[in-house]
Amino acid sequence: MRRLSRIHLFLSIFAISVAGVVAHAQECLDCHGNEDLDPLRPRLSIRADAFNQSVHGPLGCQTCHTDVRGFPHQDVHLPQCGNCHKNQEQNFEDSVHGKAVARGDNEAASCQSCHGSAHMVKAVRDVTSSVYPLNLPRTCGTCHGNADLAQRHGISVSNPYQLYMDSIHGRAISHSGLLVAANCSSCHGTHDIRTTSDRESKVSREKIPGTCGACHAGVASIYQTSTHGQKFQAGDSRAPVCIDCHTAHQISRVDTEAWKLEIVKECGSCHKQSLRTYRDTFHGQVTSLGFTVVARCSDCHGSHDILPPSDPRSSVAAGNRVKTCRKCHQQAGVSFAGFDPHADRRDKARNPGLYYTALVMNVLIVSVFAFFGLHTLLWLIRSALERRKQGGPAGD
Amino acid sequence: MSEARDPAAPTDAQPLERTQAPDEPAPRTIEKYYYRFRVFHRITHGCVMISFLGLAATGMPLRFNQAVWANRFSQTIGGFGAIRFFHLVFAVVLTMCFLLHLGYIFHLVFIKKERGIFSGPSTLVPQWNDARDLYQHFKWFLGLGPKPLFARFTYWEKFDYWAVFWGMAIIGTSGYVMWLSTFFAKFLPGWLFNVALLIHADEALLAVWFVFAIHFFNSHLRPEEFPMDLVILTGRVNERKFRTTRAVEYSHLVEQGKLSAFETTSPEPWLKLFGRIVGFTVISLGLFLFGLTLWSFLNE
Repeated sequence: MRRLSRIHLFLSIFAISVAGVVAHAQECLDCHGNEDLDPLRPRLSIRADAFNQSVHGPLGCQTCHTDVRGFPHQDVHLPQCGNCHKNQEQNFEDSVHGKAVARGDNEAASCQSCHGSAHMVKAVRDVTSSVYPLNLPRTCGTCHGNADLAQRHGISVSNPYQLYMDSIHGRAISHSGLLVAANCSSCHGTHDIRTTSDRESKVSREKIPGTCGACHAGVASIYQTSTHGQKFQAGDSRAPVCIDCHTAHQISRVDTEAWKLEIVKECGSCHKQSLRTYRDTFHGQVTSLGFTVVARCSDCHGSHDILPPSDPRSSVAAGNRVKTCRKCHQQAGVSFAGFDPHADRRDKARNPGLYYTALVMNVLIVSVFAFFGLHTLLWLIRSALERRKQGGPAGD
Repeated sequence: MSEARDPAAPTDAQPLERTQAPDEPAPRTIEKYYYRFRVFHRITHGCVMISFLGLAATGMPLRFNQAVWANRFSQTIGGFGAIRFFHLVFAVVLTMCFLLHLGYIFHLVFIKKERGIFSGPSTLVPQWNDARDLYQHFKWFLGLGPKPLFARFTYWEKFDYWAVFWGMAIIGTSGYVMWLSTFFAKFLPGWLFNVALLIHADEALLAVWFVFAIHFFNSHLRPEEFPMDLVILTGRVNERKFRTTRAVEYSHLVEQGKLSAFETTSPEPWLKLFGRIVGFTVISLGLFLFGLTLWSFLNE
């Protein structure tokens, strides 16, 4: 009973104070609720209904506008968000946006750029908030969908908004309304956004596996055991992280035809020699032609779990090759698996049979066309001369 | 232009013009025709021609897989499944031609006991005469001697024949090895499949360029025959052309008194029209494919 009355007392005080604040706000809105208060300074006009529904509505006016003491009032300063939102302000000041604002860059994002006017700001969980997960990409995209702006500020990705919206993450947001799908802030952070070159950034090369792994935990743990993950952990800067294969913003479903063909080239951007020799085989020719019915890199080597052939657990280790071939060629045996999927006709040591066959074929082709090329050329000239001499058809 | 384009039917004969020709002093009303290729040969050549063109068209996109035309073409005809299907169908057709031809040779040798196919003026087997003909032909090219007199098959025709024979054997074998790879792997080492693709692709490129450039020039596109020699489609050659271009065979038949056995009439107009349509289509497609592959090869 005593406990109940205490809650009662607390609620009463709260209600009275809120009522007081609201009553006070109503007083301000008597003037500032007028749309035509000052046509030269439209920001002085506040939409009363929007303000009352905003997350700041219950705070009234004087919580922020502390320098307004009565009416008439003069010299009202712009309130600082950081007065209340201290952590956010701290993070913002260290962020790429905050530093740009401090430099006097008037295009850099401030609080209002993302959250909208303080008089209309909504809670993050509110579906009408500009920073609600499903709305955030569009909000970031107002600047980061502008190639001119990117160029002016030396941002290397000129239109990440467009790339993102076409990605599996963007489609999950825009088509499926999936709240758990990665939006801009999932990878880049919110108030603490930093450049990729900043080691503290969530999207710095060192932090990428951790950032992606925050959602893709299963894949991340497999990656850590792979040769790529091991090299990454050992500090090898050439070791690929998630974005090297999947890209950063254009991340695609892995079962689309376009991706299946693209990923072969992605592997080849580091493994140049392997891509070249793959292209010399039937598998590589068919994928190059644009069809995915044959083996691609990952069909034999795996994807997140890639291990070097020297590792007995690798799918391309000598002991596992027959099993790997049988994924497609069910009847494959030991001899079949002796086929070299990366045979090089120029490598005498690795593929002697192929090397000497290529040599013979080259000699054959060159000699046939050298001989008949000359034969044809001389014949053509002679026939033309004969025709001219006879003034008509060559006598044949 | 050759007689292949000369409508030599009686109604077309124009005595006034003909008397002006130096080697034809007497006006003639009816020109004699002789069979050069019987129906069996023409059908065999037709099947080889169509299946070779089909194999080239469905195989070259894989060889020049980076080229835009290769991608477009294979997409257009229905994707990889389609080019694979057509390639294999044409491969089987060409294999049948090959086996049919081997059967024909077998029949000639063992049933009909025709020894003439291995030597003499109608053989396709290279003879010492061919080396002499080649030498004399080159001399003629350089204006150092008269044009040699040829038998039923010239040295370049023999080369065509044996190139196709060798090509079918080697490309066919390597093709079947790859097609039925898991079967052949039961008794062939794995590295041989790498070799099979290399041989198949290089030999095919050699064959395609040879046929679409050298064979086309030798048999159709050189000034004497331009734009095409219809003999493989109509099977018939007129008396004057036979006498001049196959002089050795002609005089041999005259000596033996066998010439009349080959005598026939001029090809019917529909047959000549058919021949021209087929010939023009195949030569155009072949040259087009030659151009595409050569261009892609030079841009590799």
